[in-house]
This record gives sequence, C-alpha cells and structure tokens, in this order.
Amino acid sequence: MAALVVRVQAEDFDPASEANRLTEGRRDVGALVTFTGLCRDESGRLAALELEHFPGMAEAQLTKIAQEALERWPLTGLTVIHRHGRITPGDNIVFVAAASSHRQAAFEAADFLMDYLKSRAPFWKKEIPVDNTSGTWVEARQSDEQRLARW
Amino acid sequence: MPALPDHGKPAQGREDMLIRYFAWVRERVGLDQEEIDLPPAAKTIADVIAWLQTVDDAHGHAFADAEAIRAALDQVHVDIDTPIAGAREIAFFPPMTGG
Repeated sequence: MAALVVRVQAEDFDPASEANRLTEGRRDVGALVTFTGLCRDESGRLAALELEHFPGMAEAQLTKIAQEALERWPLTGLTVIHRHGRITPGDNIVFVAAASSHRQAAFEAADFLMDYLKSRAPFWKKEIPVDNTSGTWVEARQSDEQRLARW
Repeated sequence: MPALPDHGKPAQGREDMLIRYFAWVRERVGLDQEEIDLPPAAKTIADVIAWLQTVDDAHGHAFADAEAIRAALDQVHVDIDTPIAGAREIAFFPPMTGG
C-alpha cells in the first residue's frame, strides 16, 4: 500500500523536504510530480488571504479524495498538505505530491487531486486588500466545477 | 444565540441540532454555531434552510439565496434534499474555494 500523508495546518511547509520523503531510500519510484499553490498579490492589490476551514471535515475530505486517487492510479506515495489562516503573498497555500513508477499516473493523480480539492475540500478564501478595506470572499468558479467532469 | 421562534417542546426523542456556519454564511448570521430545536416539519436540508430564512433578519440575509448554500450533514457533503433524521450536526457554507 502506498504511503499517504494528509495534513491540514496553519504553519508553513517545505516543498523540497516533503518531496524528498516520497523518494528517499526507494528504488521503485520512477516519477515524482509535485504541485505547490502559492498566494499571489494580484498585481499589488492583495495584502493577504484568509483561509477559513472546517476542522475535522477538511482532513476527512482530503483523505477521502486522496484515497480515491490511490485506488485509481498505481502510486508509490501521495502527500497532500493544505494550510489555513492568514497567508501573505509569496507564501505556500497547498502542496500535492504524487510518486509512481511511471509518469502518467503521477501527473494524473496530482491533477485530479488539485481539481477535487479546489471545489470539494471545505476551505474558503477571503481576499484582504492592501488598502485595509474589508475583505471579499473569493467566489467559486464555474470552470473549477466543470473540470471535475474530466475525471 | 438569537431569539428563535417558539415551536413548543421538541418532538419526542429529538435533541437540539448543532448548526454550524462558515465563511460569508457565518458572517451574515453573526454566529459560528448554535443549538437549535428544529420544528418536526423540517425533515430535509432544504426544509431547514427554508425555516432558517424565517428566524430573523440576519438568518434571512444569510439564507436568502438558497441556491448559493452548500451543506454538510455530520461533516459529510450532502444534497439539499437529504433527510436530516438521526444527524447531530448540520453545517452551511458557500461553495468551497480550496486549493
């Protein structure tokens, strides 16, 4: 059974060491795909993102999505990390890493996970503008919902 | 906890439901969560939304656009026609924006 790591946390993570963990000491991994989602400043407009989450359900839902990926692709390891709380431009928000013997499974599993956690993981982003006006909740995009149909 | 309409005694064996709110639903209601003695007629998530709309102005504002509301029953995402019988907790929130 492939090693699964799912974490929901306020603190930052190190993408390089998280990626290393999936290949260290192994000889069967032929492909490692990692994705790191960062907070961008929207051309200088954003001071931060506030990420609200549903504790308990967030971990459960990420685990459910990750387990589905493990069933669908022959992975040797899978890591999913999602942060919550106040995140400033340049900081990490989310990390997905999929390891497999072959690249197609790793690419597809990482893509699948990101599509699903965009619209099926209980997190909500609020944009905090630099001008100190009250924040605005990010609206879910129809295109994110449509991407799920690919799977 | 806002003043809620009096619906008399809870139906037999029925305990108060924990209702939790997230994101702009939470902000509009003005609460993270509340224990509510739901009327026996509220049998599905949609019934609960319809009833919450009538509680007060804050709830009315939060639940005005029922189509924009998503729900979880005991922390599992469900459709609005899902029966609530046996559940301990209902959460209401806007469409998720993770990732």
